[in-house]
Amino acid sequence: MLHLINKSPFERNALDSCLRMARPGSAILLIEDGVYAALAKAAHAEKIISRMDDFSFYVLGHDVAARGLNDAPLIEGIDVVDYEGFVDLVAEHDVTQSWL
Amino acid sequence: MKFAILINEGPFTHQASDSAYRFTVAALARGYEIYRVFFYNDGVYNSNRFSEPQTDDRNLVSLWAKLGKEHDIDLVVCVAAGLRRGIKDEVLEDGFRISGLGQLVEAGIQADRLVVFGD
Amino acid sequence: MSEMNEFDENGPEVIKRFMYVNRKAPYGTIYALECLEVVLVAAAFDQDVSVVFLDDGVCQLKKNQDTTGIGMKNFSKTYGALDDYDVEKIYVEKESLAARGLTEDDLVIPVEVLAADDLREVMAQQDVIISS
Repeated sequence: MLHLINKSPFERNALDSCLRMARPGSAILLIEDGVYAALAKAAHAEKIISRMDDFSFYVLGHDVAARGLNDAPLIEGIDVVDYEGFVDLVAEHDVTQSWL
Repeated sequence: MKFAILINEGPFTHQASDSAYRFTVAALARGYEIYRVFFYNDGVYNSNRFSEPQTDDRNLVSLWAKLGKEHDIDLVVCVAAGLRRGIKDEVLEDGFRISGLGQLVEAGIQADRLVVFGD
Repeated sequence: MSEMNEFDENGPEVIKRFMYVNRKAPYGTIYALECLEVVLVAAAFDQDVSVVFLDDGVCQLKKNQDTTGIGMKNFSKTYGALDDYDVEKIYVEKESLAARGLTEDDLVIPVEVLAADDLREVMAQQDVIISS
């Protein structure tokens, strides 16, 4: 399963709920305001770092760049993808769940 | 492989429709078929031909209509969500059509993947 | 060979498992109401339908909703129609209920309360997940 997170962890519990409910082995892609969860120096970084063994994490690079975060270190091990990479992730997983 | 897209937000308050548009363009570039794009909740506003963004802004209503025309994509606006918000045939951009929620369920049945973009 | 004969000449009907996920409270935004409208339509299709309430979504099912003071339609009674539409798989996450100080007795309809560990497995078996 592929999980989409589009909300900042500072604003919503989408990432928390996803991490609680997703089956280990799933992929999690951060898009839109969800990319703030990928920042290595941010307060929520540990949430993702502590689950690196359970999930494959991805972040949409265009959303990172749009928010001026290209100069900010991302959590090591999160793969940056473009929209075609996003499409590939959807194609590779049987089901996509958006945590709206 | 066939993709279906569900868009739950309009063009201005949320990024959802922009993300869905970029995703759809990328999916077509990858050679996938877009079975249907279904507009629900405030997503119905993506079809309002009277929408006039400022000239330096992108116009998602025209972008969707153009993409739909070029790739023969079924752009379906939910009738129930649309009526509530004043979206009916008189304001509908060319290329969109209004139909029932059954079209969303049917897209979920027919497509291999359904991706939801919303708030 | 005998199994093949169970299907008509058009081949087996496609039955997919559709799950509708509610994570938002009612009234503050329209998502709860419009998701319920989707589920009622979806019930008319011969598909496997389930509805999940977690996080603030569990508040949609709270008993005793009275919207007279806010002027909005109280749609909480419509959840009772899910049973009439043969939507029988209604799941509520135990942890979300507890976090909001609620129990099963606070809900307008009978549901299956599942712990996150069990709900996770149900969610993982779906073919299509629609969130609002």
